Amino acid sequence: MAMYLVPEAAPSTGVSRRAFLKASALVGGGLLLDFHLPNAGAAVSDGAGEALNAFITVMPDGIVSIRAKNPEIGQGVKTMLPMLIADEFDVDWKNVRIEQALANGVKYGPQFAGGSTATPINWEPLRRVGAAAREMMVRAAAATWGVPVSELKTESGSVLHVPTGRKLTYGELAAAASKIAPPDPKTVQLKDPKDFKIIGKPMPGVDSPLVVTGKPLFGIDVTVPGMKYAIYAKCPAFGGTVVKANVDALKTLPGVRDAFVLRGNASVAGSTGPLDRLVDGVAIVADSWWLAEQAREKLEVQWDEGSVTHENDARFAEEAARLAQQAPAAYIVKNGNVNSALAGAARVVEGDYAYPFLAHVTLEPQNCTASYSGGKLELWAPTQNPESNRKVVAATLGIAPQDITVHMTRCGGGFGRRGASDYAVEAAAISKQAGVPVKLLWNRADDLRHDFYRPAGFHHFKAGLDGKGNVVAFRDHFVTLGSAEQPGSSAYAGPDEFPSRFVPHMEFAASFIASGVPTGPLRAPESNGLAFAFQSFIDELAHAAGRDPLQFRLDMLGEPRILDSADDRYGMQPDFDTGRMRGVLELVREKSGWNARQKLPAGSGMGTAFYYSHMGYFAEVVQATVAANGTLKVDKVWVAADVGSQIINPMGAENQVQGAVLDGIGQSLTRINIENGRTVQSNFHEFTPLRINQAPPIEVHFRTTPNPPTGLGEPALPPVIPALCNAIYAACGKRVRRLPIEAATLAKA
Amino acid sequence: MKFTLSVNGQRRSVDVDPRTPLVWVLRDELDLKGTKFGCGMSLCGACTVHMDGAPIRACSTPVSAVADKSITTIEGIGTTPIGSKVQAAWLAVDVVQCGYCQAGQIMSATALLSRNGNPSDADIDAAMAGNLCRCGTYTRIRAAIKQAATGKSEG
Repeated sequence: MAMYLVPEAAPSTGVSRRAFLKASALVGGGLLLDFHLPNAGAAVSDGAGEALNAFITVMPDGIVSIRAKNPEIGQGVKTMLPMLIADEFDVDWKNVRIEQALANGVKYGPQFAGGSTATPINWEPLRRVGAAAREMMVRAAAATWGVPVSELKTESGSVLHVPTGRKLTYGELAAAASKIAPPDPKTVQLKDPKDFKIIGKPMPGVDSPLVVTGKPLFGIDVTVPGMKYAIYAKCPAFGGTVVKANVDALKTLPGVRDAFVLRGNASVAGSTGPLDRLVDGVAIVADSWWLAEQAREKLEVQWDEGSVTHENDARFAEEAARLAQQAPAAYIVKNGNVNSALAGAARVVEGDYAYPFLAHVTLEPQNCTASYSGGKLELWAPTQNPESNRKVVAATLGIAPQDITVHMTRCGGGFGRRGASDYAVEAAAISKQAGVPVKLLWNRADDLRHDFYRPAGFHHFKAGLDGKGNVVAFRDHFVTLGSAEQPGSSAYAGPDEFPSRFVPHMEFAASFIASGVPTGPLRAPESNGLAFAFQSFIDELAHAAGRDPLQFRLDMLGEPRILDSADDRYGMQPDFDTGRMRGVLELVREKSGWNARQKLPAGSGMGTAFYYSHMGYFAEVVQATVAANGTLKVDKVWVAADVGSQIINPMGAENQVQGAVLDGIGQSLTRINIENGRTVQSNFHEFTPLRINQAPPIEVHFRTTPNPPTGLGEPALPPVIPALCNAIYAACGKRVRRLPIEAATLAKA
Repeated sequence: MKFTLSVNGQRRSVDVDPRTPLVWVLRDELDLKGTKFGCGMSLCGACTVHMDGAPIRACSTPVSAVADKSITTIEGIGTTPIGSKVQAAWLAVDVVQCGYCQAGQIMSATALLSRNGNPSDADIDAAMAGNLCRCGTYTRIRAAIKQAATGKSEG
């Protein structure tokens, strides 16, 4: 039996940045290392905490177990993060086992999946964990043999005494190592990257053998003793409340154990938005989920639809057009004098752009299993944000956060959706009221109609070119959603938005439409809409100037230099290195054969775009063909990426980039419509994610540069959307200014 | 109502409403959790299983329709020569991201290769277009199907 350590109390102020390790013995001669590490100065969004904790256990047979602390949503962290430890520890990957940690913010520090942050946060600290463990093994061997450390080296999970050829495995040294005071991780020696044996090698996902054989891994697969199945029906109009429901009649239906109305609470601490809480609804608890669904068909509810029923797409568009004519509510950027620069410009270009709401549609519908008993709660949740779940559920049920255990299951997709806590709080409240453990599962219509949507957005551009075709003035009036005074979740932009800092006279203004449609982060939040609008309009400027659109972008970027960030919204303020962006643009130009694009057949064209998000530099080229009837075929995509000095897991990295590119193409081809304060679409025949017959080949090229490695979950997505729209323009001369792309608008007149 | 099913070569008895979709019988009566629920309308393919060797959507197939048929799920497909090759190719190519759709993808791919040993890209698109992958692993799904067919990696 492993003896787990009681974690030290959360360090107080002033100590919190200190890294420390604790070692202890395992029964049977194993070693357990418990690490608390600060974030090593890495930028973290959302004010995530300081402590990071990992466990390594080494058993006498040499098997090394590494605990994976972060949620796995398909981004590959359960494989990638342990690779960092294992390489510096100098063990063979085949002898490494990975286990998923429970949610425990005190013990593990930030545990979330979001913002493509796992790589930049963990790159150095986790390597230091591995290096410290290696140093302990070396010191244990030195003590055992009575030889100086300088005569020892490590290799494949063993320590070697070079002069004599003696060898001890880590398993043999584990008991001795457990009595050694661990080194300060700050002082340990890290490998020269040329000596990496695991980092940089293509490693398949550690759970893939279980996936392809159908083993239970996901939230929806959880079963607990005595469990019943639940559905939760909410008002189709956002935030509506229950007046009355026929719950007594429902209770008489086959298999139905209970049915009741739950009352929503007010917004609670820890929630990610106004509707990320318990909202009114009707719970049906039954012996099987299908019987609960059958009972839902007999459900009769009188809803009070609340104050949002006037909201619809047409109203948002009208309101955006009206607001664009008025003085803006706020300025994100205001440099120089745009009006006089426009008046003096040789040429003025205008364009109005719009993009729709989008849903996340994780293929695993939202679900959570909850077991409430005697003031204590256990949750099994596919979650990107377990600590937020804990806070929201605790506040809603009126129990202490420490009385909630959160088991993080593998997530059948995340894309930002599972950062919210709505489904977890519903499951918890239903279990408490029903008095039994329940598995709550949403159907697809629930999922599409009660999402936190990528907000729709409207951009009104006007820019001026001088006689040489240089951009001298640039204005965007961005109309977005939120309250009347401020933007909603994921509905804004920052002052670094290109071409801010690259054009002498620039205004980036904003106005707000008050809306009750819930919004939230969708993969590459903000960027997924902004990139389309800005990089498409910049393409218009290139064509207006009569210039090669790729060279036009290089010219706008100018000489290689590093620009400070003015965006302090997330505590990150990432610098922008124009040389790195030039590097990926030049690379994608070469790899795609951009300069030979005029040889493409009629009806085909290439478009390009670049975008900087999540500290990743991405330039992409899309080749597309548009038939006379407007049918679009995406022929191929080329990606050039700079995410720093090292691709940690090339196998996972390429998969992430290709997936993000296809996700972006999918985003450009579908939409959520809002009518009468509710979502129109109910399933995949109406909201249409990309299918294999629409998926082009994607070439991915990494340009490594001497910079700390950064994440890949998101930054490949934003540029593909404008690159595709720009390719459509090159192919058929139709400028896509409004998403989704629709074939009818591309047909020859 | 009682039904006796043949699932992965074993006879299994269940007592459920005859309209119950096969996916829930497999998952919650027989505890075979590999078959996934995604849409309930045959739109995503996550619930794909084989009935007498042909792919069907278990979310839209009532249990009463399969009582005298042979059902194969992801838990059993590895015992067939083609299914086992497909699973091996899926691992070699490292197709999986979140993995939720992959049981259905593997079932559809195995059915394709059972009737077409050397599918073209167009054949693959036609056979696999009913299986959504939200993570966008489509390029690797194509590569894995070809690798399973030929025994050769694409490079």
